[in-house]
Amino acid sequence: MYETTYHRPSSVAEATALFASGSEPKYLAGGHTLIPVMKQRLASPSDVIDLGRIKELVGIEVSADALTIKAATTYFDIMQSADVKKAIPAIGHLTSVLGDPQVRHRGTIGGSIANNDPAADYPAAVLALGATVKTDKRSIAADDFFKGLFTTALADGEIITQIVFPIPAKAAYAKMRHPASRFALTGVFVARTKAGDVRVAATGASQNGVMRIPAIEAALKANWSPGALDSVKISADGLLTDIHGSSAYRANLIKVMAQRAIAEAG
Amino acid sequence: MGVEGIGASVVRKEDRRFITGKGRYVDDIKLQGMTHAHFIRSPHAHAKVKNIDSSVAMKMPGVVGVLTGQEIVDDKVGNLICGWAISSKDGTPMKMGAWPAMAPETVRFAGQAVAVVIAETKNLAKDAAEAVIVTYEELPAVADIAAAIRPGAPQLHPEAPGNIVYDWAIGDEAAVKDAFSKAANIVSLDLTNNRLVPNAMEPRAAIAEYNEAEEHFTLYTTSQNPHVARLVLSAFYNIAQEHKLRVIAPDVGGGFGSKIYIYPEEMVALWASKKVRRPVKWTGDRSEAFLTDAHGRDHVSKAEMAFDKDNRIVALRVKTHANFGAYMSLFSSAVPTYLYATLLSGQYNIPSIYAEVIAVYTNTTPVDAYRGAGRPEASFLIERMMETAARQLKVDPADLRRKNFITTFPHQTPVIMAYDIGDFGASLDVALKAIDYAGFPARKEKAKKEGKLRGIGFSCYIEACGIAPSKAVGSLGAGVGLWESAEVRVNPVGTIEVLTGSHSHGQGHETTFAQLVAERLGVPISQVQIVHGDTDKVQFGMGTYGSRSLAVGGTAIVKAMEKVEAKGKKIAAHLLEASEGDIVIENGEFKVTGTDKSIALPMVALAAYTAHNLPDGMEPGLKETAFYDPTNFTFPAGAYICELEVDSGTGKTSFVNFVAVDDFGRLINPMIVEGQVHGGLAQGIGQALLEGAVYDSSGQLVTASFMDYTMPRADDLPSFKLSHTPTLCPGNPLGVKGCGEAGAIGASAAVINAITDAIGHNKLEMPATPDRVWHAIHGNA
Repeated sequence: MYETTYHRPSSVAEATALFASGSEPKYLAGGHTLIPVMKQRLASPSDVIDLGRIKELVGIEVSADALTIKAATTYFDIMQSADVKKAIPAIGHLTSVLGDPQVRHRGTIGGSIANNDPAADYPAAVLALGATVKTDKRSIAADDFFKGLFTTALADGEIITQIVFPIPAKAAYAKMRHPASRFALTGVFVARTKAGDVRVAATGASQNGVMRIPAIEAALKANWSPGALDSVKISADGLLTDIHGSSAYRANLIKVMAQRAIAEAG
Repeated sequence: MGVEGIGASVVRKEDRRFITGKGRYVDDIKLQGMTHAHFIRSPHAHAKVKNIDSSVAMKMPGVVGVLTGQEIVDDKVGNLICGWAISSKDGTPMKMGAWPAMAPETVRFAGQAVAVVIAETKNLAKDAAEAVIVTYEELPAVADIAAAIRPGAPQLHPEAPGNIVYDWAIGDEAAVKDAFSKAANIVSLDLTNNRLVPNAMEPRAAIAEYNEAEEHFTLYTTSQNPHVARLVLSAFYNIAQEHKLRVIAPDVGGGFGSKIYIYPEEMVALWASKKVRRPVKWTGDRSEAFLTDAHGRDHVSKAEMAFDKDNRIVALRVKTHANFGAYMSLFSSAVPTYLYATLLSGQYNIPSIYAEVIAVYTNTTPVDAYRGAGRPEASFLIERMMETAARQLKVDPADLRRKNFITTFPHQTPVIMAYDIGDFGASLDVALKAIDYAGFPARKEKAKKEGKLRGIGFSCYIEACGIAPSKAVGSLGAGVGLWESAEVRVNPVGTIEVLTGSHSHGQGHETTFAQLVAERLGVPISQVQIVHGDTDKVQFGMGTYGSRSLAVGGTAIVKAMEKVEAKGKKIAAHLLEASEGDIVIENGEFKVTGTDKSIALPMVALAAYTAHNLPDGMEPGLKETAFYDPTNFTFPAGAYICELEVDSGTGKTSFVNFVAVDDFGRLINPMIVEGQVHGGLAQGIGQALLEGAVYDSSGQLVTASFMDYTMPRADDLPSFKLSHTPTLCPGNPLGVKGCGEAGAIGASAAVINAITDAIGHNKLEMPATPDRVWHAIHGNA
């Protein structure tokens, strides 16, 4: 690891000020991506600004219509939250199949979304639930937030403060774990809003990261049941192919995981 | 005898320090004035090293030196050796390419070191390494067997035309041909035994210290066999003389074979410590472990088995290509020959066998022995073959095996091995009962109604352990003898130290060996200290591999104990004024049988060391040494049955049950044996379902981290049902056979046989990932 300067700000304002004054600064959330990359000497930030100790970024709030998870809340706290279990149990389930206990105690939802790993789990929930990503500067709709592999709508230095999930009528997440990394080989999050709209997002499958699956959404809007997908064809075009899964296999998984999620959602 | 003797599952003595973080590993050691080494490694699988410019790096802060491959050649440090000579069918010796510790001219695998930076800290060494400019001229690479043997393929070594190391054969080709011509049925099978990365928990490490005044070196290293390391470093590498080199392998965190070998990094650390006149430390990181620890397996085979009309095996023909990687590692040549082809008879009476093995160079990490070493490959081939044959011949796989089992012993196979004892039917019977084989069809039917594909698979493995009778292996080309030695010291106050050449790096020797002493003397194991891993303390030793520690090293301890006991009895008889023949040892006392006269062990020991009152002519002291050379291999065997379900939607496999019935002979500590079996099964199942080293066509290791190389985790594995059907080994006084590798040898065939049974397709390569299984089910592989 190259030498760097570590900062532990206590407010978002202090964090953004530190970012502005650094030559090549990086924010640190759970550190699961940044720290290994730094240890391999593939990243050399001048300043590492740890967002994990900022109290205003931690916590979970629930209202009649929305579940709000602040950005530096750990996976473990999300998994344990009674509010999450009650409002959107699918998010609790997603978190319970994410990584392992060590990962869940360090990782944060804001870090996951800001990083936008193409096989991360949370982006599927954010996109399928039509959540709003709030930052220190603005609100960004999920459909506008994810911009492809490791790319988001966030501007340089912008900090995610919270994610606001509308509480759906039904939702579930089904995941085929990558055998080695335990990321999503393919994970599908299905949601039906209280207004009856259907949104389905898949992670781990596409070369462009998390994506909605219009064919499945259309079929489910007409008939919310696993059988509704029997005749749906998922193209392998644009899907990832690697030693752990061909694009054809991932196309199959999108459908199978969607069917299992629907069965789970009821 | 006693609660801590043979057969007692006593808690492991060594675990207190391991689980409280008090183990002392090489990386924990810090020497005064110690420097840190960082290797500069080739990013290319095959390239010429045109130039190394270290002028900038040499001026960087904290840099002590930058040493290159050319300097190691100039200093006449020997090339790495291969310790087992194999000749091809045509009588020509194996074609060994030169392997300098750092490459002066040509790199042949990605990760091969070309230079080393030595600096005050590891981080400064890494900083400087980035300033060393290495100019390469890339060459075309061959990344697998097929590419290496293709006409016109890029050549690795001028010594080895066609990239062929040897083309070796064993058995009677004509007899096999004749048997095939008369056979009622012939079953054939193509299979791949996937390459594995050992991934010991502790990465390799070395610290070398040179004492100029004494002209003496000390090397702390992660070795399974410190004396072999000393022998090789002194006799072949020209760095230190044997009497001027102390090798210490302290606590070592797993090896699985990968820490048998003397690697370039240890050689360079030792050599460099004299060059820079400072202690030099190198600790590999996980990425270096993936790239440079010797890999395992990597065979491609074609097998054919001939049956008569009664489904009795009449002959077996095998052709195997073995991938050696870029260089011949220390025991690489023996693995696909004498540790593989000699086990191709399996548990079966096979009149004729002919096996050809072609060893091939590729631009990949060198391959050598890894837990099982040749025997997993043989067992996988035979047991996949038996299951395939049962399906083709439409007979029950258990019945087909039973019909062909060897039932009388000793049994001479057509491929060298003489099995001394076993009861293969007994193991299979227990396994069939444990898994309720009779109830399987109903369970399969029920699963089918629930939309699941259920399968069952067998594996009746045999292995050759207790490696090895020195004369026999010498006649087959081994460069060393494979005996073991022990010294038993009874101290003046009666505590006991056992110095053994069997190094422990997870196996629990400190407990099992102490139990041997407790059994014979009736003392608690707390009075027994096992000393190993230091060439200055232990007289000599050939190390730990091939499930040899108990059968060979344990027997050496018994032999030394016998000498100690004989002398102790003489002293006791003298002191008790009794006849030596009337003395028995019980509960830590020497007793005159049939009387109440006795003397405690500490008093006998004290008498031996005070020497005030010893029998006339007796030397003082109570310590004895024994060297034990086994007369034969031992032959652990067993029956594994795996029942599982496959999810046809995802191709994912879920275990229902896994039964392992083993014959390890006598068990000294059944708990430790079960732990060994669990670990072995995890690695065997890992090979079957999860693990596989993958190179791209340019020779880059794709699976170079745990993000892509799937190590087995607890939740990948079932709860194992273990049992034992021991037959006592007649070849050693303990009746033991060895248990360290069995699980890794037997498990993979059972798993693949079960999956192929479930999905109804026999073509399935390891690792049987969900992706591969799904493609197999849906026929679009």
